[in-house]
Amino acid sequence: MDIPVAKKVCEIEFSIMSPKFVKEMAAAKIVTPELYDKEGYPVDGGLMDIRLGVIDPGLRCKTCGQRLKECPGHFGYIELARPVVHIQFVRLVLDLLRCTCSTCGKILIPKQQVNKFREELDKISDTLGDTERRARIAEIVSELRTVSKCPSCSAKQKKITLEKPTTYLEDERRISPIEIRTRLERITDEDLVIFGIKPDSMRPEWAVLTVLPIPPVTMRPSITLESGERSEDDLTHKLGDIVRINQRLFENINAGAPEIIIEDLWDLLQYHVTTFFDNDVSQLPPARHRSGQPLKTISGRIKSKEGRIRHNLAGKRTNFSARTVISPDPGLDINEVGVPKVMAMKLTVPERVTEWNMQYLKDFVKKGSGEYPGANYIVRPDGKRKRITDETKEQLLEEIEPGFLVERHLLDGDIALFNRQPSLHRMSMMCHKVRVLPGLTLRLNPAVCTPYNADFDGDEMNLHIPQTEEARAEAEILLQVQTQIVSPRYGLSIIGCNQDAITGNYILTKYLKLPRNKAVDLLAGVGVTDFSRLPNKDTLTGHEIFSMVLPKDFSFKGKPRSAKPEHVEAAVEIKNGMLLKGTLDKNNLGSGKGLLLRTIHKRYGPDETVKILGRIYKLGINVLLRFGFTMYLSDTDLDKETQEAISTLLGEARDTVQELIGKYRDGSLEPLPGRSPEETLELRILERLNEARNAAGNAVLTSGVDDTGLMIMVNSGARGSNIQVAQMSAVVGQQAMRGGRIDKGYNGRTLSCFKRGDLGSAARGFIMNSFKSGLKPHEMFFMAMTGRDSMMDTALRTPKSGYLYRRLANALQDLKVEYDETTRDAAGKIVQYNYGEDKIDVSRSEGGKINVKAIIESNT
Amino acid sequence: MAKSRSRKKEDELSVFDPSAHELVPKHEKLSDKEAKAFLEKYHATMKELPKIYINEPALRPLSVKAGDIIRITRKSRTAGETVFYRGVVDE
Repeated sequence: MDIPVAKKVCEIEFSIMSPKFVKEMAAAKIVTPELYDKEGYPVDGGLMDIRLGVIDPGLRCKTCGQRLKECPGHFGYIELARPVVHIQFVRLVLDLLRCTCSTCGKILIPKQQVNKFREELDKISDTLGDTERRARIAEIVSELRTVSKCPSCSAKQKKITLEKPTTYLEDERRISPIEIRTRLERITDEDLVIFGIKPDSMRPEWAVLTVLPIPPVTMRPSITLESGERSEDDLTHKLGDIVRINQRLFENINAGAPEIIIEDLWDLLQYHVTTFFDNDVSQLPPARHRSGQPLKTISGRIKSKEGRIRHNLAGKRTNFSARTVISPDPGLDINEVGVPKVMAMKLTVPERVTEWNMQYLKDFVKKGSGEYPGANYIVRPDGKRKRITDETKEQLLEEIEPGFLVERHLLDGDIALFNRQPSLHRMSMMCHKVRVLPGLTLRLNPAVCTPYNADFDGDEMNLHIPQTEEARAEAEILLQVQTQIVSPRYGLSIIGCNQDAITGNYILTKYLKLPRNKAVDLLAGVGVTDFSRLPNKDTLTGHEIFSMVLPKDFSFKGKPRSAKPEHVEAAVEIKNGMLLKGTLDKNNLGSGKGLLLRTIHKRYGPDETVKILGRIYKLGINVLLRFGFTMYLSDTDLDKETQEAISTLLGEARDTVQELIGKYRDGSLEPLPGRSPEETLELRILERLNEARNAAGNAVLTSGVDDTGLMIMVNSGARGSNIQVAQMSAVVGQQAMRGGRIDKGYNGRTLSCFKRGDLGSAARGFIMNSFKSGLKPHEMFFMAMTGRDSMMDTALRTPKSGYLYRRLANALQDLKVEYDETTRDAAGKIVQYNYGEDKIDVSRSEGGKINVKAIIESNT
Repeated sequence: MAKSRSRKKEDELSVFDPSAHELVPKHEKLSDKEAKAFLEKYHATMKELPKIYINEPALRPLSVKAGDIIRITRKSRTAGETVFYRGVVDE
C-alpha cells in the first residue's frame, strides 16, 4: 500500500544569513533610536518605521500596501559601526580559528591528507548517518587543536582561547572581531567541508555580524495602556539600545575619539547584540527593564516551558472547559456529571435561532448573563459576537431573528466530556449528561471512579462542552459512559459496584428479611415503580427484594467470592429475574470481576445495563442508609481460646527461631543447596515467621465471627483484606525491606536497644503485637522504616512506570486490524497475522474468552 | 559482521543446531509456490513482512536465501498454537 504524498520534504538546509541577503530582504535601513515624533507618528528610519509593517488599525503598510493583520511585516537592518560576534556561533568561530592557520588561513591538516579526511567523512555519512559524521567532525576538531605549526606555510600556531562569553584571546592578546572576520574570510571553501559547512550556502565570516536584521514590528507590537501611554515590546527596547550605541560608536569613530573610548563602546555594542539574541548568557548580567525585571529577548521567546514551542505550539488551551475538585454523589445517575451553578453560567452551548425556538431562546437572552438559565452572547449570522449585558439586552432582543446563534447557559441534560489525567486509556475521557447542582465541586457517581481511577482526596477533573452538533453526536455515540462499560483490556465490566454498594447488597442478600412496607419503601427509594413482580407476602427476603431491580427474563449462574469450587450450594443463581439463592458480593457486582454485569450487558445492551447497574448501586447504598452500618473497635476482639492459641503460636515461632540461630552458631545448621549458612538461616527464619503469621491469621478467621461490620466488609470484598484483619487483632508480622528482614541501622544491630549480633525475631523487625494491642517502641520504629521505604518506592516507581506506559502506547497507537485480519502499523507493515494470535476482540469477549458452549446453548 | 567471520569458525558454530532446543519454535521454509500464494493472500510485499536475518541461528538447518519466507509455528498463551511468517533479509 503506497500512501500518496503531494509534497515531501527531502532536506532542510541550515545556514547563516549573509550581510548581502540581510540588506536585500530589508525594507528599510534603521538609523535612529527614536520611535515616534511629536505628533506620535512613527519616525522614518526609526525602529517603528511604517515600512516595517503596521500595528495600528486603519494604517496601510508602506511596503506592501496591506492593512493590519494582512501585512505580515517586513525586516529592516542596521549597519553596525564595528563587527560583533554572534553569540550563538561563538563555539563554531572558536573551532574554526583553532583549526586553521592564523597566517595563511589553511586548515591545519597536511595537504595530502585533506582529501583523505573528506572521503572518510563522506563514507561515514553514507554508511552510518549524519549523527556519526558530526561526531567524527568533533573528533577531528579536537585533534587539530593541538597542532602547533601550519603544515602549509610553517607558521607557528598560537593557542587560542575563549574568554567567555565573546572575547577571543591568542596567547593572552585579544583578537578583535575585525581580525576574526578577516581570518575566517581566508578559510578556503574546500576546507570548510571538513568542518561540516556547505560552502555554497554559507561562509564562516557571516558568523561575525556587520549588519543586523531588525525584526518586523508585527513581531514586537507596542501596546497602548489605558492612560494612553505607549508601552513598547522588550525587543523594541533592546533594539533601541543597539541602535543608540551604534550611533554613538559611529560618531566617535568619525570624530577620531581615542581608542579606549571606541573599544568601550564596541564592547557595549557587543553586549547589547548578544543580549538581543540571548538574555540568559551565564557570564553576562541580563539586560533589565527599569523595574529590574529581565528583558525577554529572542531566545527567551522560543525556549523553556513558557517559550513559543512548549507553551504555544505544544501546549494549546481550549475554551468551554472547566476544572475543579471532584466529590462523590451516589444520587446522580452513572452517566451524569454534577456541574456547579457558577460553572454552568460560564460554560455555554450555542443554539441556532429558528422560527420555532425563538421564544425559548429569547427567554434566555431576557435573563442575561447574570441570572441562571440565561445566555452570555449572541452571534449574528455575519459572525459578530455580542455580549449580553443589562444595557444591550433590550436592543439585542429586538435584533434576534432566525439564523442568529444564542450562547445559552448549560442546562440539565446537555452533553459534556469528562476527563481525569493521566488519560491512560479510552475510559479516561467519557461523555456524561450535565446536572447543574449547587456547590463548587464537580460531582460524579462513585461507580465511575474505577474507569477514571479517581478518588476524592483532592482529585481534580476537567469538563469540556462540545460546541457543534457533530461534536455532540460523536461524543454521545462513541464516548458515553454506557458505551465504555466493557473494558477492551479484559472483556469484563469496568464499571461496577464498590464500597458501600457491595456491602449493602451483601447484607441484603445474606441477612435481611423485611416487612412488606419497608421493602416497598426501600425499593421506591431506589427508583423502582413497578411492584407487580413483588411476591404477595407480608415478609420479604433480601433475595426477593434484590430481584426487583433485575429484568424479569434474566437468568444467570455465578460463583460468590468466598466459595471454593466444591461449595456448589453457595453459588448465585438467578432464574427468570428472580435471585433464587446465593449471596451477592464483589465477585458478581464489582468492577472487573465475575460475569453478572457482563451477561446483563450482552443480553440487554449498554443503555439498559447502566440503568440496572445504577439501580443495584442505589439499592446497596439505600440498604445501608436505612439500617445503618459501622465498624466497632470490638470487631477486632478475639475470644480467649483464640488469643491463647495465637500467643502459643507466636511463642513457638520465636523459640524455633532461637533454636535455628543456636544451630547456626554452633555450625550444625544444614545449608540449603547453593546457599551460604547465613542465607539459609535467614530463609529458614523468614519461612518460620511467615508460617506463624499465617497460622495466627487463620486462627482469627476461623474463630467463628463473621457478622461484625468489619468481617462483612472483608467477606463481601468491599474493603479490607484478611491480612489487615489479622494485623489489627492478632499480629502485625514481619516488616520486610527489599525482600528480607530489616538489617540496616547501627553497627551490627538494627536499633540501639538490641545487643550486637542479635538475629532473633524481635531484633530484626518481627512485630509481635497487633495494632489494637499497640506497638512497642522498637516495633513502631520498624514500621516507620518500612513505611518510609514503601513511600519512597511508590514515589519513584509511579513516574517510571508512567513513562514506560507512554512509550508503549506511542509505539502501538496506530496499529490497526485490517480487513484481511492482519494487524498492521501505519506504514502497512504486518505486526501480527492473527490479532492477539486468537483473533478475539477482547471487548466483545467475556473475560478474554469466547464461551462457545453458552452461545450454542442460547441458540438451541 | 557475519561476512568478516572466517569460514572455519562459521562451520564450527554451525555444528550446533538450535532447532533441537525446546524453546526454539519450529521454523520451515515456504516453497516458491507456497510463498507466492502467501504473498497473494495477504496482498503483501516482502518489505511489509516482519523480518528475520539470514544469519539467524534457527535458520541454519534450512539453507535459505534473502527473499524466502519462513513459517514459524509457536506456542501461544491465547491460542494454544499459532503460525507466524517472517521474510528473510540479509542485513
